[in-house]
Amino acid sequence: MSDPALLALNLAEARDGLARKLFSARELTAAYNDAVAEAKPLNAYITPTPEHALAMAEAADRRLARGEALPLDGIPVAVKDLFCTRDIPTTAGSRILDGFRPPYESAVTDKLWQAGAVMLGKTNLDEFGMGSSNMTSWYGPVENPWRRPGDNRPLVPGGSSGGSAVAVAAHAALAASGTDTGGSIRQPASFCGIVGLKPTYGRCSRWGVVAFASSLDHPGPMARTVRDVAIMLGAMAGHDPRDSTSAPVAIPDFEAALDGNIEGLRVGIPREYRVDGMPGEIEALWKQGVGWLREAGAEPVEISLPMTKYALPAYYIIALAEASSNLARYDGVRFGLRVEGASLEEMYELTRAAGFGAEVRRRVLIGTYVLSAGYYDAYYLKAQRVRTLIARDFARAFERVDCILTPTAPSAAFAIGEMSSDPIEMYLNDVFTVPANLAGVPAVSVPAGVSGDGLPLGLQITGRAFDEQTVLRVAEVLERTAQFRHLPGFVAGGRA
Amino acid sequence: MPLDKAAVAHIATLARIRLFESELEPLADELSHILTWVEQLNEVDTTGVAPMASAAAASLPLREDAVSDGGCRNAILGNAPNAARGFFTVPKVVE
Repeated sequence: MSDPALLALNLAEARDGLARKLFSARELTAAYNDAVAEAKPLNAYITPTPEHALAMAEAADRRLARGEALPLDGIPVAVKDLFCTRDIPTTAGSRILDGFRPPYESAVTDKLWQAGAVMLGKTNLDEFGMGSSNMTSWYGPVENPWRRPGDNRPLVPGGSSGGSAVAVAAHAALAASGTDTGGSIRQPASFCGIVGLKPTYGRCSRWGVVAFASSLDHPGPMARTVRDVAIMLGAMAGHDPRDSTSAPVAIPDFEAALDGNIEGLRVGIPREYRVDGMPGEIEALWKQGVGWLREAGAEPVEISLPMTKYALPAYYIIALAEASSNLARYDGVRFGLRVEGASLEEMYELTRAAGFGAEVRRRVLIGTYVLSAGYYDAYYLKAQRVRTLIARDFARAFERVDCILTPTAPSAAFAIGEMSSDPIEMYLNDVFTVPANLAGVPAVSVPAGVSGDGLPLGLQITGRAFDEQTVLRVAEVLERTAQFRHLPGFVAGGRA
Repeated sequence: MPLDKAAVAHIATLARIRLFESELEPLADELSHILTWVEQLNEVDTTGVAPMASAAAASLPLREDAVSDGGCRNAILGNAPNAARGFFTVPKVVE
């Protein structure tokens, strides 16, 4: 097969092609290595690993030849550069991890390699996952492969898993790992026209993932279709004793859950998921999504999640408090950047001032403040109490409905510079995604339509804890009905 | 609560981040703006509501009290910006 034809296959199709020996894992990986190089101007990858990929592909070919294929054998994937990978630079998009080569492998990536997947490289991200536009990386911004027709301005891919989203959307990876602390898988998936799933908290181990906010960080899959995401999740999930919050629960067959049957399923439509300035076309797409699910046999139910508007401020207090604690480890002593100083204190201060970018510094300062003596109760404990109420909103809703349908984000991708310098305006991008992080429930973004200026828009399905099957089943019905066939202006190998 | 320059300087010391004098004023404005925004949480009545620290099960799992790791000094020191004789090095802290 030609490179463009190989690159146009989705993960499930590539898996079947490998099983039927239509092409080898080496051929597929070589095509993807070329694609990674071709997509370089988008800056999706920080560290491509082409030789590593070929060696992994050859091992996969040997297993395939022996008839001992693993679930993801020979599937080239990208890894968000927040997952530690043994002996391969891991940057978190930050200067402060300059030169860091982990002596260990993260639990989730280890599982991917145990399942036969091939690593194409490490993808760019907002520094430590802190951002919604991929503009805060020390390694430079990532460009969305989508452009508005007739408008040459580069658009942001969303964030923080923007490099992973772009790699998948631009056919420079079949799938990717991401992490989602407040929407960092789902919002870039929506901006780039791909599928992204934040699993239930505890479904995928956080061991070996560079920590941002430990009670909110969720590793998860990103891919071109719901089926591909289900296949990836099956490989990434599972109990890990090294993460004390990893759930000792069985891994269901997520792919088998995609039976298309949503007859009688009750789908909640929360009236609070509207914000000032949200384009009418997003509201219209949401209504259309409700209609599609109704036609497929589901029953839409209007629900109320009254605490929705407080999710974002509660999230920012909790996330930043946890971040200030987690990022205390970057001190110039054990790994990464070190700026020498006359005293230990000065070395700490100079190292952290040089190593952290402006957004990370801002967040660490706020996190430090809300945890400091005299303010802990007023900010941090207050936010944790509101978090209880947000989780209660979901628990009450799930007594009446099986899942919840909302838009993923209040806008389509925007150009750098279209957003004001007010950080809160950027934070508002995550208004529909943070509630699921606070409650720990699974949520997926599916491309469902395009905006008036030709950019992808996602719809989000949220479900009960550890019920990714329902979330994925509904997402697959939505995907099939929406018939989203659009491709970005740039795809590696060219548009067929 | 609005923060002034002195408050920002104090927070930066707690956070061990060196700031230039010229950064204090703009940061005081930015941080005050964000803190004012999060203070909308005060509209919510949380009387009698327990704080939620995690979505995970409330009790932490216990493992057998046995050595499960270690013996990898070189691997750990391998990433140190400066190490000597099997130790991390730091500027002198005792005169």
